[in-house]
Amino acid sequence: MSASKTAKFLVFSLLFVLPFGLGAQEHPEEKDGFKTGDPVDTKTEIKNYIDHHLLDSHDFILWSDAEAGTHTSFPLPIIIFDDGIQVFSSTKFHHGEAVAKSGGNYYKIYHNKIYKTDAAGSITLAEDGHPVNKRPLDFSITKNVFFIFVIALIMFLMFRSMALSYTKKQVPTGFNRLLEPLVIYVRDEIAIPNIGKKKHRKYMGFLLTVFFFIWIVNLMGLTPLGVNVTNSISVTLCLAVITFFIVQFTANKNHWMHIFWMPGVPVIMKIALIPIEVLGMFIKPFALMIRLYANITAGHVVIMSLLGMIFVFKNWIAGPAFFGFTIFISVIELLVAFLQAYIFTLLSALYIGSAVEEHHHDDGFDLSDEVSVTH
Amino acid sequence: MESLDLNMVGAGLIIIGAGIGLGMIGGKAMEAIARQPEATNKIQTAMIIIAALLEGLAFAALFAA
Repeated sequence: MSASKTAKFLVFSLLFVLPFGLGAQEHPEEKDGFKTGDPVDTKTEIKNYIDHHLLDSHDFILWSDAEAGTHTSFPLPIIIFDDGIQVFSSTKFHHGEAVAKSGGNYYKIYHNKIYKTDAAGSITLAEDGHPVNKRPLDFSITKNVFFIFVIALIMFLMFRSMALSYTKKQVPTGFNRLLEPLVIYVRDEIAIPNIGKKKHRKYMGFLLTVFFFIWIVNLMGLTPLGVNVTNSISVTLCLAVITFFIVQFTANKNHWMHIFWMPGVPVIMKIALIPIEVLGMFIKPFALMIRLYANITAGHVVIMSLLGMIFVFKNWIAGPAFFGFTIFISVIELLVAFLQAYIFTLLSALYIGSAVEEHHHDDGFDLSDEVSVTH
Repeated sequence: MESLDLNMVGAGLIIIGAGIGLGMIGGKAMEAIARQPEATNKIQTAMIIIAALLEGLAFAALFAA
C-alpha cells in the first residue's frame, strides 16, 4: 500500500478506536459522584456502569462532568397514564433519587421503572426482590423512544431527498451513490428471489425500512452515545409483530391451506400437522425478535464486560490486552450489525413470499423416470 | 463444586450443539464451493441464513439460562 493509503487507514482505524477508549475512561469517577462516601466495590460499579449504558432511561445524558459530578443532559417528558394522563418532566425525579408528585400521586423511579408510592417514597419489595408497588401505564418518552424519532426523521429526510433526486437526473450523485446500490441489493437479492417479480413492489417499502432502520440503529448502539434501541426487547417485539401482521393480512388462500389443511398428505397427518403449523406461525416472528435482541444485547454486554475487566485487573498488561480484545469484538459487532439487519429482512421476505406465492402443481414424484437402469 | 447449576450446564450443551451444527454447515459449504466455484455466491448466502437461524436458537437458549 502506498504511504498515503496507509496513513488514511491508520487515521480511520484510530477514529474507530478512540470512542471506545474514551468511553472507558470517563465513568468510574462518575460513579463516585453518585454514591458519595461508600467504599466502592469494583464489581458492583461495573455492573452499574453496564446497566446504565444498556438500559433505557428517562433522561438523555449527553455527557457527564466527572469532577463536578454533574451531567449535561436534557430531561425527557414522562407521560403516565394513571387516572387521567399526567405529563411532567423527568427533572422532578432528580435522577431517581426524589419522589415526584403529580396530580395527587407520588411516583418514584426504581431500577428505571416508575412505581406509584406514598409521600415518603417507600418501595416494598417481595421476597424475590421485585417491588410490589403498583405501576402506572408508562407512555413516557424515554431515551430509546426519542432516539427512534430522531432516526426516523433522519431516514425520512435521507430517502426523500434521494427519491426526489431521481426526478431530475437518472444517475445519482453524492450521498445517494452510497444508498442506491444498497436499495438495489435489497430489491434484487432479498425481495425478488423470495417474493417474486410480480408482487415484490408492494412490500419493498417495508423491507427497505426494516433493513435500514435495524442497520442504522445497531450501528448507533456501538457509539458512546449510549442509545441502545435494539437492546430493548420491546422494540424488537414491535418489529416482529409488524412482520407477523403483514404476513397474516396479505396471505392468500394457499397459505392458509398449507397451515390448516396441508394438501397432498393423508388425512390423519393433516390433523396432526395443524397444531405444529399453527405453532410455527407464531414461533417464526418470535424467533425473529429473539434473534435480533439476543445478538445485539449479547454483543454489547461482551464489550462492556471486557472494558470492565480493565478496571478489575488494573495492571500494565491487562489494560492494552483487554483493549485489543475489545477492538476485535467491536469490529465483529460492526459485522453483526449489518448481518442482523440482513437476516431480519431476508426472513421477513421469505415469510411474506411463502404467504403470497401461487399454487404450484406438485403432484409428487414421477417415479417412472427416476428408475435408473444399473448394470 | 458446591452446586451444579443445571441451567448453565444445559446452556453449555446447547451452545456445543450450535457449534457442532455451524461447523458442519461450514464444512459442507466449503466442500460445495470447492466442487463448483461458480455457485459460491448462492452457497454463501444459504450458509449465512442457516448460521443466523442457528445463532438465534443458541442465543435464545443462553438468555433463558
